[in-house]
Amino acid sequence: MDLSFSKEDLAFQDEVREFLATSLPTDVKDRCDRGLHPTKEGQIRWQKILNEKGWMAPNWPKEYGGTGWTISQKYIAAHEFGQASAPIALPFGISMVGPVIYTFGNPEQKAKYLPRILNSDDWWCQGYSEPGSGSDLASLQTKAVRDGDHYVVNGQKIWTSFAHLADMIFCLVRTDSSAKQQEGISFLLIDMKTPGITVKPIYGIDKENTLNEVFFEDVRVPIENRIGEENKGWTYAKFLLGNERTGIARVARSKRQIVRLREIAAAERSGGKPLTEDQDFINKLTRLEIDLMALEYTELRYLSMIAKGKKLTAEPSLLKIKGTEIQQRLTELLVESLGMYGAPYEPERAYEGRNETPVGPDYANGPMAEHLYLRAATIYGGSNEIQRNIVSKMVLGL
Amino acid sequence: MDFELSDEQNLLKDSFERFVKDNYSSDARAKLANTELGFSRGHWKKMAELGWLGLPFSEDVGGFGGTAVETMIMMESMGRGLVLEPFVSTVILGGGLIAEAGSPAQIEAIIPEVIEGNMMLAFAYAEPQSRFNLNDVETAASKSGSGYVLNGHKSVVYHGTTADKVVVSARTSGNSRDEAGISLFIVDNNVSGLSRRDYRTIDGQRAADIMFENVAVGADALLGKEGTAYPVIEKVTDYAIAALCAEAVGAMQAANEITNEYMKQRKQFGTPIGKFQVLQHRMVDMYMEAEQSKSMSDMVAMKLDLGDEMERRKAVAAAKAQVGQASKFVGQQSIQLHGGMGMTDEYSIGHYFKRLTTIEMLFGNTDYHFKRFAALSS
Repeated sequence: MDLSFSKEDLAFQDEVREFLATSLPTDVKDRCDRGLHPTKEGQIRWQKILNEKGWMAPNWPKEYGGTGWTISQKYIAAHEFGQASAPIALPFGISMVGPVIYTFGNPEQKAKYLPRILNSDDWWCQGYSEPGSGSDLASLQTKAVRDGDHYVVNGQKIWTSFAHLADMIFCLVRTDSSAKQQEGISFLLIDMKTPGITVKPIYGIDKENTLNEVFFEDVRVPIENRIGEENKGWTYAKFLLGNERTGIARVARSKRQIVRLREIAAAERSGGKPLTEDQDFINKLTRLEIDLMALEYTELRYLSMIAKGKKLTAEPSLLKIKGTEIQQRLTELLVESLGMYGAPYEPERAYEGRNETPVGPDYANGPMAEHLYLRAATIYGGSNEIQRNIVSKMVLGL
Repeated sequence: MDFELSDEQNLLKDSFERFVKDNYSSDARAKLANTELGFSRGHWKKMAELGWLGLPFSEDVGGFGGTAVETMIMMESMGRGLVLEPFVSTVILGGGLIAEAGSPAQIEAIIPEVIEGNMMLAFAYAEPQSRFNLNDVETAASKSGSGYVLNGHKSVVYHGTTADKVVVSARTSGNSRDEAGISLFIVDNNVSGLSRRDYRTIDGQRAADIMFENVAVGADALLGKEGTAYPVIEKVTDYAIAALCAEAVGAMQAANEITNEYMKQRKQFGTPIGKFQVLQHRMVDMYMEAEQSKSMSDMVAMKLDLGDEMERRKAVAAAKAQVGQASKFVGQQSIQLHGGMGMTDEYSIGHYFKRLTTIEMLFGNTDYHFKRFAALSS
């Protein structure tokens, strides 16, 4: 047991800092720092820079383009990216479908999709939830019926983040209605340009369009776009969700937000003194910082176990639960720190064509948008209540 | 960066666990806690034979030369069994203070005796008015000839009942809450002018309030340089806090296992209560608290071994605050999930609850360490 960094680790830290200082575009950094959604153009520009450096997929095996970093290096990179407000790659390609493809896909699928994911040539979205299938995901109804070399897909997905920007969607579809729920599902990769797909925006409580409904009407999908075996999709879906739960904790990002919160609180006044001297504020901030530290070391401990070949079951669900709770408390406190300037709010598109900036201090632009959006954090990726069910079953055997 | 134990550490862990398994069944522990002494001198001798009482001391005084990580491993096991022997009082606190600040003569006279299991120690630092502040010292040590005369009241000295020698913090100069002007003295526990009120604590251990009335000690009783003891006290109690955090982790894990098992056995409404989702989620929250505490306990042990003072203070404050909070939650909810059974003295879970409750208080409770962390972070 040892927390120290080796000489190589420290050299690596310098390399990461140098890279971020010279390569991270300021507009991309600014949006990330404020907690605003990336623009598609900015995100892709940044991801291509990352890929050129070879750092797009730290968690992929080396043979598929991973970095081969040690735990220390992953920790250092995540920490430095967080502190620099460098966006991490969008999860849908790199963290979700990518690992499914290199784990369960055939050689043609690997060759076709993995390089395009690494180079951000395809923007992916996730077709899981349906109107009647949220937490009870396995009850999904979107149907795929074989017709020669194709599946014909009919149905609807909902809460599909960034579907309106996406080139590809990975989809859970029902290929056998007679089998047990979990045994009749297949995992399809679908081109969003295929005739019969309609995307309808859902405007969120943050007044932004991140979420969408995706409708499928006689959408013809080549059979070769199916991952693995027919009716085995639930296995791949669960594998994906397990991966999703670790990245979702966003520890490094929250560490940066704590720094930002301190900066804002130092500039805000309460009773003639900086908010950083307000005892109630200090209390909340301290509790948050310590909880974040506990989460950080829990994540490291689990990564260390994985690296040593130990098998984890549902432990990562803890990271999801605690990580998202912290994100929400953090953005709530960020909004609180703004005082009355937490209230004025317009969606970004309101400013298009207007020669104005948002009202209030510059730092007030962002926290509320993120606070509103992150109410979803304890819902997406399997709600925190579902995570508790999983831990209860898998770890506690209840 | 590595969170895994080495092969040697795994062997150590096995031997700690074997000791607990062999000697600390719930019944055996209850019997021991009810004896006059409150622990077993036989166990103490055994611990000495196994080399555990020398765990943190350097090899040149006959110790094992272990790091804070080895102490953490040991304390986690001790926590699982709610072990009663005064390891923290004697080895980590008393021994730690002497190893840290003592002269070569003091170290030679005492540490080997501790390691052999022949001498027990206690640390008298708290006072009725001091609450958790290590610098709030009113016990006075005034110069008298070449030595000192001690006057004052030390409260809740864990294992002050059985210690052969007591390390006492006393003020040699300055005002009652100054960090400067605090000194440490090694005092025989039967010296003239020293009186004790011995009692039991809720966690089955023994403690004493110790009164000093014109207790005369020689110059050789002074531990370290006069008036400069505060940083030593802070450092050594930080090590004790880390040890208690590990003990709490062991206790929480055991309490959770006992409760988890009970939920599978106990039936109500015709079904095991572990099938009720509201109870499942409570149990998951208890499990998560214990997991986070384990991470903080590992973290703090490794930070102690890195040796940076500021990092040490922040890590200890954060760990104690988190572990304190978790200890309360796990302890209290263990009782809740056991229903009436949890209320009985005979059943083991209440004893875990009570030890977790005292760990939360010792060396500064959760609020105290939240404030300490905030002050260090501002």
